Amino acid sequence: MSDYIYLFRTTAEARRAAMGTPELAQKSMQRWLAWLGDLETKGHLKNRGQPLENEGKLVRGKNKVITDGPFAEVKDLVAGFMIVEARDIAQAAELAKGCPILEGDGAVEVRPVMAMNF
Amino acid sequence: MVAALTRIFGVHNLSLAEDVVQDAFCRALEVWKVRGVPDNPSAWLMATAKNRALDVIRRERTATHFAPELSRLFESEWTLAPVVDESFASEIIRDEQLRMMFSCCDPRLKEEVQIALVLNILCGFGAQEIACAFLAGRAAVEKRIARGKQSLATSQRLFDLTDDDVASRLPVVQRALYLLFNEGYHSVSADSVVRRELCREAIRLTELLAGDPRTGTPPTHALAALMHLHAARLPGRLDGAGDLSTLVDQDRSTWDAALIAKGIALLEQSARGDEVSVYHLEAAIAAAHVQAPSVDRTDWHTIVGLYDRLMAVAPSPVVALNRAIAIAQRDGPERGIDALETIADAERLAAYPFYRAAFGELEIRRGRPGDARPHFEAAIHLARNATERRHFEKRLLSCASK
Repeated sequence: MSDYIYLFRTTAEARRAAMGTPELAQKSMQRWLAWLGDLETKGHLKNRGQPLENEGKLVRGKNKVITDGPFAEVKDLVAGFMIVEARDIAQAAELAKGCPILEGDGAVEVRPVMAMNF
Repeated sequence: MVAALTRIFGVHNLSLAEDVVQDAFCRALEVWKVRGVPDNPSAWLMATAKNRALDVIRRERTATHFAPELSRLFESEWTLAPVVDESFASEIIRDEQLRMMFSCCDPRLKEEVQIALVLNILCGFGAQEIACAFLAGRAAVEKRIARGKQSLATSQRLFDLTDDDVASRLPVVQRALYLLFNEGYHSVSADSVVRRELCREAIRLTELLAGDPRTGTPPTHALAALMHLHAARLPGRLDGAGDLSTLVDQDRSTWDAALIAKGIALLEQSARGDEVSVYHLEAAIAAAHVQAPSVDRTDWHTIVGLYDRLMAVAPSPVVALNRAIAIAQRDGPERGIDALETIADAERLAAYPFYRAAFGELEIRRGRPGDARPHFEAAIHLARNATERRHFEKRLLSCASK
């Protein structure tokens, strides 16, 4: 089993839309909790991760210029992350198919976490 | 929460308060959906909203003009946090909700606007839900809310409950809550979930009103009693198949005994003082119904007497219709039909299916099912939803089999 990180990518708009009304928000919550519950019972959930704020700062270049991240307009905002355990990347990607973010305008980026062998 | 934040931001910044609440909700849900729902979600939400309020004040205290009576305290970090904290204390929130209620029920606003505002600001209903409950278009409801909020924003501050005109505005607030409850209880359009929510919110706000010495007058208690006694009968209004069940056929064991007990206690409480409001009379009628073991053993003498008094203080064709039905129970179907035929303003009932159905029922009872048929046919024609239509069709069928 290896670790894979899921990066949830979406737009600020889609993120808001998923929570637009109490009914939608409730549905979205239920879907997420159901998906996470499923991953957990099957032993894939390693770290639930954290959701991220939409906006932040960007530190860039040799001059270390700090700019406000105009992230709200960005097409694929990283909205959160999570770490799962899977047999291989194919299985990790397969498991990501259940993610509710796909119902909106989002994507899940699946990246193997580099193994550290000491 | 909106009420608490409005205390901080000032009523002219109502939309800011709403944004903060909305934002707190979104944040909460983002976190909950991955971390799970905490044990005490409302405390969590309050804490989030409080922090957001602090952020907003720190960021904008120079640019935005907040609540005049508190703004001085916002200037220093020493006083800022305690003031915001205090605004979220439960007694203050209760007080602010009352003030907000009185602010929404401005007599200059139309009743429909007042109710839309109460539902939106104090109950957190969206325009779509309000539209669904009131058989109105979403756009119309949005306009109502916007108009109401505009007028709220122009007032310098929330209605002050120490003001002399609490007494003059109290009936407006009571009336709005009464209409809100009726909308939930009788609404023909909304689905049962929304209706139950409307009733529950009306009861919650009325209890808030009843719990405060300044607004907990006898009519307020009578209004609360009325709501509890009606709500107790809600589970029996539809039978097992989801069909409308009339008072005659209702399974009385489905009535909610706890609500009945509370309603009766409230009614007793409302009896101090010698004022008899419309709410007293209606609550007394409801009490006579819920305390009777069956339709036959109902105290129809008392009920007719109460309807007579109700007609004297607040006459309406619907009250007259209910009175006629009670007379039929007391004196027989002939007398009931007489009473139906002499209703003043009966043309206002022309579109009301239960008016024609009442004639039909009484014709059946006096042994003339043939004469009942056209009445039920008319009622079917006037039915406002499938449940009502099914009910009248069943009644029409029962005429044929007699």
